[in-house]
Amino acid sequence: MTAIHIDIRNKTYPAIGRAGVHRAIANLQLSLASNEFICLVGPSGCGKTTLLNIIAGLDPDFSGEITLGHQLKNPKIGYVFQNPRLLPWRTVRENITLALPEDHAPEAVDALLDLMQLTKAQNVYPERLSLGMSRRVSIIRAFAVDPDILLMDEPFVSLDAPTARQVRKLLVKLWKQRPHTILFVTHDLREAIALADRLIFLSAPPMRTISEIIVSVPRGQRNDETQVEAFRRKLLEDYPEIKALL
Amino acid sequence: MVFLGLWQGLAAYLNDNTLPTPSAVASIFWRETVSGQLPYHLGVTLLRLAVSFSIAMLVGCAIGIVLGRSRQLDAFFDNWLVIFLNIPALVTIILCYVWFGLVESAAILAVVVNKVPNVVVTIREGTRTLDQDLLEMARCYHFGRRKTFVHVIWPQLHPFVMGATRSGLALIWKIILVVELLGRSNGMGYQLHLFFQLFDVASILAYTIAFVTVIQLIELILLKPLDKKAQRWRR
Repeated sequence: MTAIHIDIRNKTYPAIGRAGVHRAIANLQLSLASNEFICLVGPSGCGKTTLLNIIAGLDPDFSGEITLGHQLKNPKIGYVFQNPRLLPWRTVRENITLALPEDHAPEAVDALLDLMQLTKAQNVYPERLSLGMSRRVSIIRAFAVDPDILLMDEPFVSLDAPTARQVRKLLVKLWKQRPHTILFVTHDLREAIALADRLIFLSAPPMRTISEIIVSVPRGQRNDETQVEAFRRKLLEDYPEIKALL
Repeated sequence: MVFLGLWQGLAAYLNDNTLPTPSAVASIFWRETVSGQLPYHLGVTLLRLAVSFSIAMLVGCAIGIVLGRSRQLDAFFDNWLVIFLNIPALVTIILCYVWFGLVESAAILAVVVNKVPNVVVTIREGTRTLDQDLLEMARCYHFGRRKTFVHVIWPQLHPFVMGATRSGLALIWKIILVVELLGRSNGMGYQLHLFFQLFDVASILAYTIAFVTVIQLIELILLKPLDKKAQRWRR
């Protein structure tokens, strides 16, 4: 069952100054099954954020089509930006509830805060949070709107390894309880293997898909780093073209 | 205290009408307060201040936000803004009185016209520095216009609005005195003009001190707490 289909024929940035016209995306097709967890892996600067912004409807200047289920207009988007993008003058809880309709159930927010271990911090202003906590808030906000698609733009970058591992674990836990279709951008192959059902490798600009690989490591064994590492090695052996991307 | 002592000493030493002693000023202050003259004229001026200030802030903020967000409008109105910024206050006051007569609304209009360009410039700068990332976030989560303004835009403009408020109060009350001096028959400016003609420096000082005190109180009672509340999220 295809929940989401993305077909971008062309996305260019106009020339600015000496920099010529930049073609960011060329003939990119992606299909996401409902509640699938997909990781997009590609070199930095390859246009992954551009892609997410297009899907989120923030960048209408492209040719192609995004089909989210049957509803084309105003799909609900959960977007975890690379920076958490929280409103510093609103508390953690307000940051989450502001994204929700006025008549939302407070218990739902409570449950999410509890799951991400932020109940105690809910009335704190974001400037007092660590980066890891801010990222968790931003993940809650994205899940709270019950999105048609959840976009995550390298949400764990610049976290130290133990924190990143912890937040990753919490994310998987959250996703298992509340399945959603996730498009997760990263350039860390190990992270991608630990999280995804399917990996999609992207080329340098103009961006297109190079290969799609289903992660065969069972979810129960993803916490085992040797399993992840073994899969990664085999992957790089089988698909030498991927190595050049990383 | 030291300042008061020095003043008293110097005034007593000079023994001149142009520099009355603090005690003389205080006694006039008391006399005028009891007679109701001072509170009346102060009240009239404060009312004009409140009305013209509110109008100027509302209009200035609205125009400032629009110019800050639209490059074309800004390019078109920028020259006009500079012109209005540089017209001397006295000219607008005289023109308003000549065109609209010596009436209250002309007085208010003159003050507003003087103040609006300042507010516009400050708020326009504030609007230009709005965080695009947060605006994108708001768009992505379907905040809508009202929510976006209240929760995303306004908190970012707040320091600029406070800046415009502070500089605005200082500017407006000075202009109001001139407006009153030229074309009103009550208010602080009118009284000061009267005292000037009588060379009554003690009364001038008494009225000035009363006025400055009120402005200080506004800052202390109104603006400071507002500021504090708005800044509570900062570390």
